[in-house]
Amino acid sequence: MAHSYTPGLKVLHETKVHKERILPLKGDVVVEAKAAVTPDDIVARTHLPGNVQMINVGNLLNIDPTDVEAVMLKPLGSEFAKGEMIAETKGLFGFFKSNVQAPIDCTLESISSITGQVVLRDAPIPVEIDAYMRGTVSEVYPEEGVSIEAEAVFIQGIFGIGGESRGELVVVTETREDEITEDLILPEHAGKVLVGGSFLSLAAYKKALSLKVAGIVVGGFNYFDLEEILGYTLGVAITGSEDLVTSLVLTEGYGEIRMGTRTFDLLKQHDGKFTSINGATQIRAGVIRPEIVIPLNPEDIKGDVHAVQVNEGIQAGSLVRVIRAPYFGRIGTVVSLPSELQKMESETMVRVAEIKIDDKVMVIPRANLEMVETD
Amino acid sequence: MAGKELKTILATDCGSTTTKAILIELSDDGYRLKTRGEAPTTVEAPFEDVTKGVLNAIMEVEELSGLRILDGDQIIHPMRDDKTGVDVYVSTSSAGGGLQMMVAGVVKAMTGESAERAALGAGSIVMDVLASNDGRLPHQKIERIRQLRPDMILLSGGIDGGTVSHVVELAEVLAAANPKPRLGQNYKLPVIYAGNNKAQDSIEKTLGEITDLDLIENIRPVLEVENLGPARDKIHDLFMEHVMAQAPGYKKLMSWTDAPIMPTPGAVGSLIEMVARQENISVVGVDIGGATTDIFSVFQGQFNRTVSANLGMSYSVCNVLAEATLENVLRWVPIDIDEGELTNRIGNKMIRPTTVPQSLEELIIEQAIAREALRLSFIQHKAFAVSLKGVQSQRTISDAFDQSGSGETLVDMMELDLLVGSGGVLSHAPRREQAMRMMIDAFVPEGITQLAVDSIFMMPQLGVMANIENDAMAKSARKAAVEVFEKDCLIRLGTCIAPAGKPKPGSVMLTAELDLPGEGKKTFELRTGEIIVIPAPYEPIKAVLTPAKNMTMGKDKGEVLNTEIYGGTVGIILDGRGRPFELSTEKAQRIENLNKWSKATNEYPDTELLGGA
Repeated sequence: MAHSYTPGLKVLHETKVHKERILPLKGDVVVEAKAAVTPDDIVARTHLPGNVQMINVGNLLNIDPTDVEAVMLKPLGSEFAKGEMIAETKGLFGFFKSNVQAPIDCTLESISSITGQVVLRDAPIPVEIDAYMRGTVSEVYPEEGVSIEAEAVFIQGIFGIGGESRGELVVVTETREDEITEDLILPEHAGKVLVGGSFLSLAAYKKALSLKVAGIVVGGFNYFDLEEILGYTLGVAITGSEDLVTSLVLTEGYGEIRMGTRTFDLLKQHDGKFTSINGATQIRAGVIRPEIVIPLNPEDIKGDVHAVQVNEGIQAGSLVRVIRAPYFGRIGTVVSLPSELQKMESETMVRVAEIKIDDKVMVIPRANLEMVETD
Repeated sequence: MAGKELKTILATDCGSTTTKAILIELSDDGYRLKTRGEAPTTVEAPFEDVTKGVLNAIMEVEELSGLRILDGDQIIHPMRDDKTGVDVYVSTSSAGGGLQMMVAGVVKAMTGESAERAALGAGSIVMDVLASNDGRLPHQKIERIRQLRPDMILLSGGIDGGTVSHVVELAEVLAAANPKPRLGQNYKLPVIYAGNNKAQDSIEKTLGEITDLDLIENIRPVLEVENLGPARDKIHDLFMEHVMAQAPGYKKLMSWTDAPIMPTPGAVGSLIEMVARQENISVVGVDIGGATTDIFSVFQGQFNRTVSANLGMSYSVCNVLAEATLENVLRWVPIDIDEGELTNRIGNKMIRPTTVPQSLEELIIEQAIAREALRLSFIQHKAFAVSLKGVQSQRTISDAFDQSGSGETLVDMMELDLLVGSGGVLSHAPRREQAMRMMIDAFVPEGITQLAVDSIFMMPQLGVMANIENDAMAKSARKAAVEVFEKDCLIRLGTCIAPAGKPKPGSVMLTAELDLPGEGKKTFELRTGEIIVIPAPYEPIKAVLTPAKNMTMGKDKGEVLNTEIYGGTVGIILDGRGRPFELSTEKAQRIENLNKWSKATNEYPDTELLGGA
């Protein structure tokens, strides 16, 4: 049977989600294996080395680099308070001494006898990692972090901004075609994750920011509006570190595009549940897509998960989404995958798929299709 | 070792968007391209394993060639019989974000620039150049190093035997930052030291313990000489050892290949250099990919490569828009289009990078963006491809009025002999005329310039074949690379003839008398603002070119040029748009001109279909 490998996004009603929570540097893991955790629980912590200041003591005191060590007032590893003297020359008969003071609270890290540089390090910066989602600690990596596991609804978006966020899921539009308008965002939505249909305007997003809404999941947003939010033009899709109160996850793309039926229905089914979302996106190697994770309560777990055969790619009968004009955003079923190259209107010769959309069969380049992966 | 004659060679290139496989066979006609296959690169979910894309591309080669190459998930090599397996399998790669480096030198314009040239020449993206005189305070440099997390660092500085303290100071900054590699927490960051040999002990003392340090020959042993070879080779070794080993699926891919995997730009660069050397010509090569655009040039025998890290046609397409501005992209589009909708479409290409233009309108927009990406990348290249800075040259009294000195760009468009384009948007343009127009509009060649495209984007694979070091295969593989490059890879598009100068509107700016094969002598008059295409094959054609009094073909103004030129698939293009070339700022005039040029060069099917023309 003809098949084709096509990238796709996951829309899964029940799956085992694993989240690695790893420290940037080695440190302490503070939870044990099999422990139940909630999103705000701290699972690991460490201290990042503080910032560094370099001072050329040799130059400042006008002495040879090899003599710097001799004029330092305390040995390596010593702590200094801001303004405290760190080095002093002997002067002439005890007079005309010169000295250097610590510019910050710091530790003396190294002294160079070649350049006369002295390295002073700021106090360490504490870093804590939380659990992000409700679940169980499935694995502990000593000194590095943990893996959290949960039975959950798992949906990938196509693009997002803002990092991890969490809150109660509130579906604010009636249908997947409706836009999230300003009047739909209310003060009681502070700290919640809102779900809407086809579009979010800049004004509506700004209102969400001002009301401290935790996150928004929606079909589309205008690319050119991102500039006003981010303060710069987004040139490459690498996001997640933006300092935004309201994380944004787009399920379909830029422009006004109704949310996929399956995605919208699944979110609607879990209206009111506690949800973790992450807008971080990286469309490069080791791709990261934004995500929505809704951990399930024991009574909601049906155990009807079946392994999704992602490696099979698309084939006749597969549900696919068109991801480029002129049929952008339409969802259809693959009728056949002819092996011959075909000429498009642009005269490009490509491998195609015949897709049935609303009872009409259309010929679309395979490269312009995305598998809608459901369970 | 005599080396064996290879019968079949399979080579793949894992790009950031597409994985391409080619099969080369030895036939009566020498080495020829037998067939090719391609598939989306599979570093993305749900596969996250580059070998899946490689296998898909090879499966296509199998289908088309009738040869059985795969045994399950294994490539059969060497050949078992005429119908089973291949003799050699090699690969290049730019997936995984390529190789990302930071370089450091004492003086930014001297050792800093030499280090940058070495890193770029080896095929890496240079994230930042640190230098003692770059105007940043030590703590700012430290912060930058920590933030960027490069794959490796090349540290240089000082001439051999010169002052030690400056370069050691840079090493101390690195040590204080204590950088961690981008991929994987469990190994030390590779640092290559290629500076003043007298400082090696101090560098070892400063960085030896906290980094994976390699000490190699100085890249600038004396001011007048650049010695980039050892640094480039070391970068290639470390690329394999550290960076590739961390990317998804690469360990497996590395175990399949018969020669080390080369970074794609490194392979293309070595091929361009080989062509320029063999034919003794000036060459510019461009490879416009999904994430980056690489430009290679050889002028006055000197090779240069630049990579515009965020100018590409898919992953970085929005950055082209940001850097070039929407207005500059739209100036190449002969139709009215809603700007908001257009930016959304371009944004959607960025987040779904593997799509292809189905409609004519999409194709025109994509090619407009390509013109701007190429133009911007070439500006960056010209600024970088310069003669060595800091070199003292003796001047005589005759040079008194010539202010040219060190650090001048080597790129001279009038001197350029051959412009080679590569990368999906050029190689896969539905009409070759489109590729030729994109290159002429973006690079604006002057005088006489031959143009060619890599037919199916196989320069990376041929580059890696030409670089196989295994004695048993090297000779045969190099021969195959050269033969296939000449016969199957390069599509000779033709020659662009563009007089330089500001022509008078409506006047004849050039008279060309051409002795065309089978047609005899013909005379063409080129008027200001016109483009004329003369169909002619890739054969030597005698030409007498007479520019108008205020125009030049590389000699004095108005001086007649007797020469030999070549046609090609498109033919000879007489470009009367003047140099420097500027589009009209008046919208109606601009659209009229674009349509006129498009029609003259048979660039697109009838654009009136689009309604807005």
